[in-house]
Amino acid sequence: MGFGPVAPEKDEPVFHADWEKRALGLTLSCGAFGAWNIDESRHVRESIPPADYLSASYYEIWIRALDTLLERHGFATRDELRSGKSLTQGAVPMCILKAEMVAGMLARGGPCDRPVHVEPQFAAGDRVKTRNSHPESHTRLPRYARGKLGRIEAVQGSFVFPDDNAHGNGENPQWVYTVVFDAAEIWGDGCDPTLTVSVDAWESYLEHL
Amino acid sequence: MFDHSHDHDHDNHYSDMQARVRALETLLTEKGLIDPAAIDAIVETYETRVGPRNGARVVAKAWANPDFAEWLRVDATAAIASLGYTGRQGEHMRAVFNTPDTHNMVVCTLCSCYPWAVLGLPPVWYKAPAYRSRAVINPRAVLAEFGVTLSPETQIRVWDSTAELRYLVVPERPAGMDDLGEEALAGLVTRDSMIGTGLALAPRTAS
Repeated sequence: MGFGPVAPEKDEPVFHADWEKRALGLTLSCGAFGAWNIDESRHVRESIPPADYLSASYYEIWIRALDTLLERHGFATRDELRSGKSLTQGAVPMCILKAEMVAGMLARGGPCDRPVHVEPQFAAGDRVKTRNSHPESHTRLPRYARGKLGRIEAVQGSFVFPDDNAHGNGENPQWVYTVVFDAAEIWGDGCDPTLTVSVDAWESYLEHL
Repeated sequence: MFDHSHDHDHDNHYSDMQARVRALETLLTEKGLIDPAAIDAIVETYETRVGPRNGARVVAKAWANPDFAEWLRVDATAAIASLGYTGRQGEHMRAVFNTPDTHNMVVCTLCSCYPWAVLGLPPVWYKAPAYRSRAVINPRAVLAEFGVTLSPETQIRVWDSTAELRYLVVPERPAGMDDLGEEALAGLVTRDSMIGTGLALAPRTAS
């Protein structure tokens, strides 16, 4: 059965090893450099070869992606990452996160709602079809929900468009909608007839019916 | 980061995460790019201050106070912020309410999106392929693995958090607890009940 049963862990600790704590902190500290955004981070993680991705724990995925980002943006060379020894000056970040800045950074978060100057093309209740498109570049429309008929449940506001932002092509905000699908539309025969699934979709993922 | 001609190095490179991450922290510290004390502060935040007790207080308040529940329904971000829970991965909150007819369940099939500000860091299973792939196809089977059996008539709504909205499930309030205050009610609200893989505790199971 695919990936097997979900294995909930009773009284799961916040971290399972000391390195997980450091992996979290390193990822957030390096994110604070201001050199990349969350969409680029996600795309790098999703670009890990599938066999590696699926067999890695999530913090390992973060560390693999962090290596790529540090190298791509000139903060560390491959030799440095391999050897653990500083060999070059490297890029200078816009910001270095100090302990006294952590509370403020976490409290601010990273809001990504942005105003747009066009009216939303869809309204609650509209029937829509998701685009059947399979770019190799970043996207946030899950493959199971491509080319499917659904219904707009809510207009959720306008947000940074990850498909552009992940590749340094600007924030280009768009309207985001909650789109609901009947299970039969997605999973077909034998699906749970009581199930509906929704995704939050940027406007350019959608077509009028 | 290494191309396919380096597969073996690649595998060795990540085989011992403890050593790998220590080496990375040492390198970045030596280069002056990070402050290890900042990492300590981040870890301390999520070990001691930001976790599912935050969300439990939001749910308990919604159970106890219909006006707050309505605020949570129409502007979850602001209602939750009024209790002091704001910031990273809680910037754009939505609350979804279970009813006798509908059970809500949250997943991120694409990565590990999770409402940190109210639930803290996600559990391992939430980020693992089994949950991420199966929650959207067969949520009843997934619920059974959590020991939850719903009536066959109950509608299930799965919310795949594919954008920057973060979902908090408000479980149904257990019956017969009219004399409990908010703090005691919060004790009935489990983390899993706010993801939708559990239900709120009945008072017997809570004690």
